Parts: sequence; C-alpha cells; structure tokens
Amino acid sequence: MKSNYLLIIFLFLSAFGYSQGYDIGGVVKETGSGLPIPGVNVQIKNSNKGTTSDFDGRFTIKGISTGSTLVFSYLGYKNFEYKVTATTMNLSVSLEQDSKTLDEVVVIGYGSQKKRQVTGAVSVVDSKTLEILKPIKIEQALQGTVSGVNVTTTSGAPGAALDIRIRGIATNGQNGPTTIIDGYVGELGLLNPNDVESITVLKDAQAAIYGTIGANGIILVTTKTGKKNAKTKISLNTYTGFQETSRTLPTLNATEYALLLNESYANGGKALPYPNVSGLGKGTNWQNEVFNTGVPIISHDLSISGGSDKVTYAVSGSHLDQEGIIGGSKSGFLRNTARVSLGADLSDKLKLKTNVIYTYFNRKSLNENGLASVLFNALNIPSTLSPYDSNGDFTLAPTTGLGIEIINPLAQIANTYNDYNFKKLNGNFGLDYKLFKDFVLSSSMGFNTSNSKSRIFAKEVNYGGKVFDVARNSVTQNAINDNDYSFDIYGTYTKKVGEGHNFAATIGNTIYKQWGNGLYATGYDVPNNSWDFADISLTTGIVNAKTNSSYGYDERRLSYFGRAQYDYKGKYLLSGMIRRDASTKFGPGNKVGYFPSFTAGWVISDEGFYGESKLINFMKLRGSYGTLGNDQIPNNGYISQLTGEATYVFDGTLVNGSASGQIPNPDLKWEEARKFDVGLDLKLFNDKVSIVSDYFIDTRADLLIPNIPVSGIIGISAPGASAPTINAGTVRNSGLEFSIDYKNKFSDNFSMSAGYNVTFLKNEVLEVNNGTGFIEGGSFGVGQPAPSRMEVGQPIGYFYGYKSDGIFQNQAEVDAHPSQLALGANAAPGDIRYTDVNGDNVIDVQDRTNIGDPIPSATMGFNLQLNYKNLDFSAYTFASVGNDMVRNYERDVTDANHFRYVLDRWTGEGTSNSVPRVTTSSTANTVFSDYFVEDASYLRIQNIQLGYSLNQKYAEKAGLTKLRLYAGVNNLYTFTKYKGYDPGASNGAPIGGGIDYGFYPIPRTYMVGLNINF
Amino acid sequence: MKKYTLITIATIAIFSTTIISCSDEFVNRDPVYSVGSENYFNSKTDYDNALIGAYDLLQSTFVNVLMGEIASDNTLAGGGNATDVPGYQQIDDMTHTPVNAQLKSLWDYMFAGVQRCNYILEFKDKTDFAGKNQVIAEARFLRAYYHFELVKWFGGIPLNGDKRFNVGDEKTIKRSSVSDVYASIEADLIFAKDNLSPTASQKGRATKGAVLALLGKAYLYQNKFSQAATTLESLISTSSYSLVTDYNTIFEDSGENGAESVFEVQYTDVEGAGFGCFQCSEGNIAVGFNGPRDYTGTLFTSGFSFNVPTQKIVNAFEAGDRRKAVAILDIEAWAATTGATFSKGNEHTGFFNRKYIPRKRSATAQGDLNLTNPNNYRAIRYADVLLMAAEAYSRGGIDESKAKNYLNQVRRRAFGDLNHDVTASGPALTDFILAERRVELVGEGHRFFDLVRTGKAAQEIQGFKAGKNELFPIPIEEIQFANGNWEQNPGY
Repeated sequence: MKSNYLLIIFLFLSAFGYSQGYDIGGVVKETGSGLPIPGVNVQIKNSNKGTTSDFDGRFTIKGISTGSTLVFSYLGYKNFEYKVTATTMNLSVSLEQDSKTLDEVVVIGYGSQKKRQVTGAVSVVDSKTLEILKPIKIEQALQGTVSGVNVTTTSGAPGAALDIRIRGIATNGQNGPTTIIDGYVGELGLLNPNDVESITVLKDAQAAIYGTIGANGIILVTTKTGKKNAKTKISLNTYTGFQETSRTLPTLNATEYALLLNESYANGGKALPYPNVSGLGKGTNWQNEVFNTGVPIISHDLSISGGSDKVTYAVSGSHLDQEGIIGGSKSGFLRNTARVSLGADLSDKLKLKTNVIYTYFNRKSLNENGLASVLFNALNIPSTLSPYDSNGDFTLAPTTGLGIEIINPLAQIANTYNDYNFKKLNGNFGLDYKLFKDFVLSSSMGFNTSNSKSRIFAKEVNYGGKVFDVARNSVTQNAINDNDYSFDIYGTYTKKVGEGHNFAATIGNTIYKQWGNGLYATGYDVPNNSWDFADISLTTGIVNAKTNSSYGYDERRLSYFGRAQYDYKGKYLLSGMIRRDASTKFGPGNKVGYFPSFTAGWVISDEGFYGESKLINFMKLRGSYGTLGNDQIPNNGYISQLTGEATYVFDGTLVNGSASGQIPNPDLKWEEARKFDVGLDLKLFNDKVSIVSDYFIDTRADLLIPNIPVSGIIGISAPGASAPTINAGTVRNSGLEFSIDYKNKFSDNFSMSAGYNVTFLKNEVLEVNNGTGFIEGGSFGVGQPAPSRMEVGQPIGYFYGYKSDGIFQNQAEVDAHPSQLALGANAAPGDIRYTDVNGDNVIDVQDRTNIGDPIPSATMGFNLQLNYKNLDFSAYTFASVGNDMVRNYERDVTDANHFRYVLDRWTGEGTSNSVPRVTTSSTANTVFSDYFVEDASYLRIQNIQLGYSLNQKYAEKAGLTKLRLYAGVNNLYTFTKYKGYDPGASNGAPIGGGIDYGFYPIPRTYMVGLNINF
Repeated sequence: MKKYTLITIATIAIFSTTIISCSDEFVNRDPVYSVGSENYFNSKTDYDNALIGAYDLLQSTFVNVLMGEIASDNTLAGGGNATDVPGYQQIDDMTHTPVNAQLKSLWDYMFAGVQRCNYILEFKDKTDFAGKNQVIAEARFLRAYYHFELVKWFGGIPLNGDKRFNVGDEKTIKRSSVSDVYASIEADLIFAKDNLSPTASQKGRATKGAVLALLGKAYLYQNKFSQAATTLESLISTSSYSLVTDYNTIFEDSGENGAESVFEVQYTDVEGAGFGCFQCSEGNIAVGFNGPRDYTGTLFTSGFSFNVPTQKIVNAFEAGDRRKAVAILDIEAWAATTGATFSKGNEHTGFFNRKYIPRKRSATAQGDLNLTNPNNYRAIRYADVLLMAAEAYSRGGIDESKAKNYLNQVRRRAFGDLNHDVTASGPALTDFILAERRVELVGEGHRFFDLVRTGKAAQEIQGFKAGKNELFPIPIEEIQFANGNWEQNPGY
C-alpha cells in the first residue's frame, strides 16, 4: 500500500506539469454487483500518467489533453477504455469481470498457478455458472459444463446422491473423484452452491500431488471469501419453484389391459379373465395417482462479505426445502447451511485464513429403484384396480397373477415412514508464514465431524400375502458419528534466476485420519402401530435374537509430497511431482506407494518466429504423464477378522458364536492409475474464441476390486463372510476432449457467450486376473444370471445376454431354427428368435454375447448466454450418445400391466418382427436379451433462464447495488428414444450400472427468483 | 540477524516435530474393536463359539433338500412360471448345465461349512481344556456331514486336510477321488463316534447316534454293506431311538427333536431374513418355497409352489398307508373341505409336499415369513436308520430276517397293523426296502441319491442320462476359477 500512495503522490505531482486539459472524475464499479472497486489503475493511454481509484472506487485525474484515452485496468477484470472529449466529474465506469483471462489464477493443489502456465488438463467452473444453473447439489453444475466429466443421477428424489465420473469408469471400487474444499478433503454434495467461488477439476496427472486420492480425479472447491478493502456487500438470493415429473410412461388403460390379458390367457390356453370388457373404461392411471404436480421447492440464501486492508470476511446462510414429486414430504429434503470465512494479515509475514461450515439436512425417502419401488409398483399394477375400495381403504393387489411383489403404490407411500437427520461441522484453519524472501511456509488443519441419526418404522401391515407384509411392527434407529482431520504443512519457494528462469518448489507432508462409529438398534411392538410412537423407548417387544449392532473404524494416511516447477519466460514450462503415501488399508510390506508425475508445456505463440497479430493469438501445447494411486476399498481387507455371522439354534433358542468375515487378501497393494494427457490450448480472434482440446489415455492397473468373486471353497458364502478385495485387473479409458468457447460484446447493449464441449470415450478392460477372465454383476428380472460383465477386450460393465433376430413368424421358421429349449421353453410362432452366436446349432447360455454397454461413447454440453440491455438469457444443454440401458421395470408375471408398445405385438404372421406375442404359457421371451436393451442416448435442456436487472440508476435510488428478477426452468425437456423415465440415471455400479428398475425421474422445476445486492 | 536465527530454529523445530510425529508408525494401528481370526482359540469359549459357526451352515442345506427332491421323480420344480428359478427348473428336467445359480450356492454353502470346521481343526492344538475332544468330535462330524453332501452332489472334491483353503488353492489342489473323500468322511466319523456321547448337551448338537447313522449311510453309499450293517446295528441295538406312533406328529412343531430324531437341522423364526442372503436366514427357506401359492385357509400358510409332488409318487402309496395323507397335500380336496383358497402355479399337479409346507405362524414370527419358517429338517430319522440297516442286511446278503424285521417295523407304523408285513426275500426284498424308503422318506430329499446309488435313476427319472446325471456339474464359475486344475464331471 505504501508504494501505491507514493505512486499516487508522484502522479499528482506530475499532473501539475500539464497546464491545460480536461479534468475527469468519477467512480469505478463492478458490472453486475455494482460494487465500487478500489485500487483500479486509471492510466492515460500511451503515457505513464495515471491514478488509482480510492476506497470508494472514486478517482480524479486532471489536465488531460483532448483526444486522449483513459484505460481502466484491474486484475481479474477486462480493461475499459474511455475517450476524453469533455470535462466531467460524474463518469461512471463499469468493469466487467474477466474469468477467462490468461492471468486467471487456477488452484492446482498445494498452490495455484496462472492459467496460461498450467500444464495439466484442468477445467474450471465459476460462481457465475453456478448462479445460473441453480443446482440443488453442486455436482449438477458439472454436467455439460466441463469436458471429460459425466454426472449421473442415482435418482430424481430430493437429496439423492449423484455420481461423478471423470474420464470414464476405470475402477470397480470407488469411482468418484475426491473433493478438496479449500485444501482439505470434504464432501461436494453437501455444500451450499452459493458459497462456492470456483470449482477446479484436475483430470490428469496434474492431480498426482494428491497421490493416493487422486486416481479418480480431483475436484478442488474454493469457497467465497471477502475482498480486501471492499465495502460490505450483502447479497440475498431467493427462489421458489414448482416441480413435476419430467416424464410419465405410457401404460395400458383398463380396457386395453383387459383385452391384452384376454389374448394372453387365450394364447396360453386358459379361460379369459375378462369375459366382458365393456364398462372398464380407462380405469386408474397409477402414475397420475403417484406423481404430484406443483410440488414446491424454496431456496433462500444470504451472504455478507467485505474486508479492510488487513481482514476479509464472508458470512452466509442458506435454507433449501424441497418436496418430492412422489410422496410429497415423504420424500422431502431440507438443508440449512451456515458459513463463516475469515482472512487476516496478522503481520506482514503471517496470514491466517479460516472457513467453517455448518450443514444440517433432513431427508425422507421412499423405496426406489428395485422390485420394491413405488414406481415399479405404479407401472406394473393393473389399471383395472382402483386405488381405494368402497370402504376407503387401499385396494389390495391380488397375488394371483401379480406375484408377491406388486402392491398398491399409494398404500406403500402411506406406509413408508423414515427420517434421516444429518449434522456436520467442517472447516479449516490455515496459516501462511513468509519465512524469508521467496519462501512461504503454509500449514492448514482441515476437519469434518458429522453426526447422523435415522429412524425407520416398519409398520405392521398386510398387503395380502406380499413380501412387504409386516407381521410384527418394529422401529430401527441408528446413530452414526464420522470424523476426519487432515493436517498439512508445506513450504513453497519461488525464485527468479537470471533472465527469465523461474523456479518454484513445494515440499510438504499431510497426515489424514478418519474415525467414527455407528450404533444400530431395533425395537419391536411400537404402541398403536404408529409412527408417532415409533421410538425404541416405547417399544415393548422382546425378541429372542440379537437386535443391536455397532461398528467403529480408524483409518489413516500419511503422505509426503514435493513439486518442482520451472519456466523460461513463461514460454517453456516444466513441472515434476512425487508423492509418497502410506495407508492403513494395506498390510505390512504394501503400505507405502510412490507416485511420480511430470508435466510440460510450450507456449508456441510466445515464440519469436510466431510473430504478432495472427488469427490465433495464443497457442499452448502441453502434456503430462504420471502415476496416481487409489486406496478406497473396504477397511482391513488384508487381515481376517471375526466379523462373520455364526448363529444357530440349540435347545430351540438362538445362539451366537464367532466366525470369520471378509476373506483376507494379505497381498493387497495400491491400485495404480497411469495417466497420459496431451493437450492444445488456443485463443483466436483477440481472445473471443478459446479452444481447449485434450487426448488422454488413463490406464488403471492392479485394479482394486472389493468383493471379487473367487472360488467358493474359500468360504465366501458363509453368513457374514464376503469375498476378498483383490488387485484384479487393468482397465483403459482413452478419449478425446474438445471444448470451444465464444465470447463477444457486440455493443454496450448486447453481448453473448456460447460454449460447446464434447468428450469421446473408449473403455476397454485389458486384464482380469481372477482366473475366469471376467467378473459378473448386476441383476435382471428374478432369478436370472447376472447381466453385466467386466471382461477382457470389452468395455467394463457391458451387457451380456442373448442376441435376438426378429420374431418367429410361423412354425416353419421355428422348425428351421436351432432349439431354444435350453432357455426355458420351446419356441412357438410369435416368440423371439435368438441368434446361434457360437454356431453349435443349439441356443443355450453359450450363445450369450455383448449386447450393449452403458458407457456413452460421447457426452457433450452446449451453453449459451445472451445479455441485451437489462435482460439476460441463458440455456444449458447436455447430451449423451451411445449409452445403452436395460429396461427392467416390467415384472414378468401374467397379470402385470403393460406398456403401450405391446399394442404393436405379434398377433399372427407378418404383424410384428420386433415385439413378441403375449401368452401366459412359458416362453423364452423374458430371458435377458437385446430386446430389453435400448439405446438411451439423450439430449437434455437442463436449464433455461431469463433475467431482468433493474436499471442501476433506479436501483441506487432504492439503496441497492443490484436487483435482478428471473424466471427459469430446470430439466425443461429430454429428447430420447429410450422408453424409461430417465436415460441419464444410473445406480453408479461399474458392473451392473445402466439397469433400470424404474428410476425416480428427475423433476422439471419452474422457478422464479430474485437477486438483491446492497 | 537474530530474527533469522530464531526463524530458522523455529522452522527446523516445526519440520522435525512434524516428521517425527508423522513417521510410518502413524499408519500402524490396530483395527477398532475387532478380534483377529488368527489369534483366536485361547479358551474353551472361543472353541465353542467357532463351533456354532460350523453348525450355522447346516441351515443352508435347505437347498440340498429342496433341489434334491426336485431332481428326483417325486416332484416337479413348479414355481410361479416356467422361468421361475431356472436352476430348479432345469434340474427338474435334467437339462441342467454348469451354469446354475442354485448348484453354485449349494457348492458354496457346503464348502463354507467345511471351511468353518477346518478353522477349528486348524487350531485344534492351540489351547487345551476339559471336554475338548467333544468340540473336535462335533467339528469333525459336521465336516463329514458337509463332505458327504458335496460328494453326493459333485463326486470328488478338493480336500485340504485340517487346513482352511486359501485364495489360489483352487488352482493347485486337485479334486480328490470319491473314495478319498469317503475315507476322510469315515475317519472323521470314527473319531466322532469314539468321542461323542449318545445324548447331546443341547438339542440340535451331534450325538453318537447321529455319527453312527451318518457313518452307516456313508458305508451304504459306497455299497460297503457289512460295515454299514454293523455300524447301523450298533446304533439300533444300543440307542434309545424309537418310531413315533403317529407319523403325522413327526413333522409338526411339537414333534421336533422327538424320539425318532437322530439328527435334525434346527430352524427358528425369531430372526428376520431377506432374499439378499439366504444363508443368513435362521429359518427353513425350503418350506416357504414348497408352500401352496396364495394360500389362505386353515393350518397352512402360503408359499411359492415349488417342489410339487407328481401323480406318480402319489400313486406309489399303497392303499391304507397312513403316511400318504401326511406326506401329500391334495390341495383341491383340501380346499373343497376346508374352504381354503390358493392359486395355481407353474406345473400345478394339485399336490404339495405336506411335510414341509408352511404352518400357521406365531404372532412374533419375523419376516420375510416365506424365508423364516421354523420347521426343523429331520435330516436323519430312526425310520431312515432302520431302512438303511434293512437295505444293508438285504443287499449285502447278511441277514434277511433282520432286514425284514427293520422294514416291517416301519411298515407296521405306516399301516397300523401286521397285515402289510413283507415276507419276500432276495432281490425282491431289496426292492421292497427301496420302495419303502421312497414313500417313508418322500419330500425329505433322499430319493434322487437313492436312485443313483442303486442304479435305478435312468429308468425312473425322465431325462436322466446314465453316465452323466449321476453327478451334478461343478459350477462353471468354479471350473473357471480353477483354471484347468479341476476337470468337469463327465458329460457336462
């Protein structure tokens, strides 16, 4: 600061040297927020005369000759030029934030780097994108905005988890990236999106500084902090929305259903169940019964930030309340957060920063995504049944013809009672000490501590002989406490040597410990069979079996790391990193792993030979290669513990003993991710267009696969035992990422920006060394073999089943084809014809083959923002191409309802070659085949929003710096041929993902909102 | 300068404390609240607890009983439709292949039992205490029981002495021959015979009687008739077992662990169970599978209509045989007289395996009720012992009068008179004994193996291919895991 004052004084003095000219004064503000910006350089172009704005953003500069141009510049903002034609003291200058400038600083883990010098594959999502997208959970904001990142929903239910996959699915264990919040490990999904300043995604070997936890990529979150010398800024954001299902599936109405059932029974040689279909009408539309419309969601967020020249602060709070489109408050999500961020320069050398976040949420959920789910029931229960009987009670779904799983979904919602509460306090305290010139010592302590409790009430209920019948009520309660801390200490030394040689070195260490415990208990005989009394304290039942359990854990990691960076004039860039990790996940001899990596970059456009003023005004070539590790596996996999179940009956009473649990694998070792990346960054047309492209090969060796199938002779099927975790294979993801952004200001009134990114991905399993060459997973139908495989030469989790070849049109075709008896029944005309893949003239299990895979071959996002005068418009879309999905929400029982596509079924020769006949007799049409595998490519309009900002003049009169009103729609429409609810959903399993039991669809939300800044 | 010195000292101090506190010792920690399996067996209690674990897998033999019955000519697979549990459907039709989830489960469960027995036997010398031989004898009985099931179903299996299998052993340890497996079974049972008491300290534990019965059975399966006769005779002559007068009461709750029970697998419904882990259930899952579909009415409750008796077995009962009404539920007749309702499943024959279909449940029964039926499996009944002894005496040409005596004891109970006594001799007597085994033990899972060991399977079971179907295939997964170390059974 001192030097600045001197400069100002100098400039003022020098101003006296000019005798004649105009005087210009005014205020510099930030576009958007309207906040004054202190310290802006105001310079007369092509001279060294100028000034800086004061604490209130005001400036005065005198004696400017006519025709001069004033240049306003400030780090992180676009330059603004003003041509002087007359004296004015009321000039109002708005500087636009420039998030895309090359001087932008990117967080890279234990430090930051200018974007122009970044040599890894790094993508950034800033707070502006978050403001527009209004994600409820932050993960949603990464979908379509960052190349190489794919986000899938496990469910559209409020508060449901999202899965992030960076550059494909590489491992069968923990696939998600690690989130680092302000330098410590945290949980992305719990953050209030409005607290986030930027999200940086490290996709390649750049993440190697995080070694062990970096194999799946790193997401670095920087939370908002106050700015120094800034006036207090109060920002209030609020919106209200109404949600509805984004899709309903076409099912048969009562008359259609009855007719179809008649045909099916007749084909099976049975009496017609509906001899008279007149008067059945349309019956019940169960989806309409289950889905609510106009379901509310509200969000409020208040933040206060600012700073003096020594201290910065930011305080915020938020409240989100979302009800579910199914079951309303029975699937609701409520989240409150509070945050305090503080930065202080304790002395010239010592800086403190701290950030503490409190999160509370409450979630209720319904049974989803399985044979037991509400939607599965709504889709399969006949439309001939009415929801309520004449007494007003829920109608029971008969077991005859509907089996033991399909129940009245409304009864199911009504009888579902659960409650989950989560409280978390997390934060960090950091100290930076400038030990001596060019050397900064940093230390930080991050912590998470959370408590959750849940209560599930199993009401005594009779659905009429179904698996969900509860003969005796009970309440299950649990309390879980999870904690972790990380302690980092590292030093950074930066040195400029000679002409243009820049060195930076970082060395440090991290210790990480997580520990916690859980306690579960169940009580029987809740008074009055009521949720209101569902607490163990009130239960009276005594059970002759163990009903309590608990667990505890203590896992640790110790790491040392170092990084050296070198550049020559910012033109040739090199860095090398090494990390040594030791983890409690591995046994003696295998605890320690070393993970080296290297990156290099070359700014071609800085070369003398490149010249000036080209179409391409910036060009950087970069590459990286490195090894990262993964230890995210079940605890204590290297030793055998007595955690198995040993329960038998002596003298008519249960007795408990002891038995081994998970089969140990003493040879467990680090999984290694070898990441190669080469990229090219371009800027064209004076930075209006920027292009980032990357080619990557990500090979995962010694893949850690928990619960890997091994020979049964080892005892994996004993109660409470499980298969070991094994380093079992190698998977390679290779692909291409390309993103192009265009940004232009056409006039003061009109500006636009557009972005497109695409990722092409190829996944191949290179090795499975469990002896079989494959690993199976997932489930289809009931009692059918596993439908998904990880197998050498195939993409991980591909679908393994029969290939169909149309429909048998007549008996002659059946006779001419190999026997399909081994599939469960002899074929008849109207049945699916399966291909004899191995050509042995019989159709059997050996004919199963690759019939699709759930991994998209390409994902892309397209985003557009327009600003015209006071109006702003934005649209975000995402598309996924080539992902297949398995239709598994049709229950294979004789009387289940059907989907409308069966109206195109085979009913005689030449009627259909794609949909088989209906019959109650046994056929092989229900075995897992490509008939059930569909192309689930889709294009989704994720968000459109139209905003109006009040003219700044009026806003100021009202004492506001900004007032913006907006209206928007989330998940406006999804274009897809897929028949199910959500082509973008997955349970996240690498083997067995993409199987659809009737995913809870994502809601379409119509919202109106308000942003106010003071 | 002084300041720099201070700073330097401070830096060194900070770094060195960090480094010291962060040596690799940090990651050497003991798991929280955990008992390691390799430093167990320090007291009698530890041995007792591990033994409970070894018993636990007996409950998983529900699949052996259910699938064994379906494999025979007694019952059809049934179920909800023709693709309901394909593994059962295929075994019923003798079209099964090495791809069979239920066979794989059976393999896994029985080896899990062996593994738990060997866990004890591996550490048998670690700690001494009074009564240890009892524990070891029970463990060896259980190992023999599991081995016997495995050899019945799959023939030769890998053995590893008293040691547990480790990951990778499937690639190095060969399948032992059938006779080696039986040698191991015999050795285990001979040890157990000498160390177990005729009466158990708790109902459900192995007794000397159970050991002798299983040993006799193992001899019989090897056609070692004289050893079988001697062994079974020693049981019959010294034991307190007797035939229960009312055949029906044997299979009701009140008849559990009764006078006729030589060995019984214990089940209860006080603990819940789910479809995700059959082996974790403390109930008899086969019972729920056997039950009439959508049944409402008196005495019974509903199930999944698997394992439905054929007309052929119903016809096999002679007129006047009181066992028929106990073993076979004629659902149509029952519905007509009691007003019960039900729905027809796949391959509906109108008959159900009445011995093991669900009874009305107690108010405190835990769900899923289909998986927690508390009906004990009467694994070895005294009637079975008598018939085995009779068979050994008859087929071994040792003592036909004893054979007839034992056979007729069973028949007198069945008919309630002496008019149905068998007087035949020679091969005809053997045929009578085998026919008696069929009707006496219908629904109890023995028929298929009786047909196989007497060479009659091909003539009785539709689709049975001699030279192939005597054994079931080693599950495809296991063949693949073994990576060439184990040969598949012939014909598969």
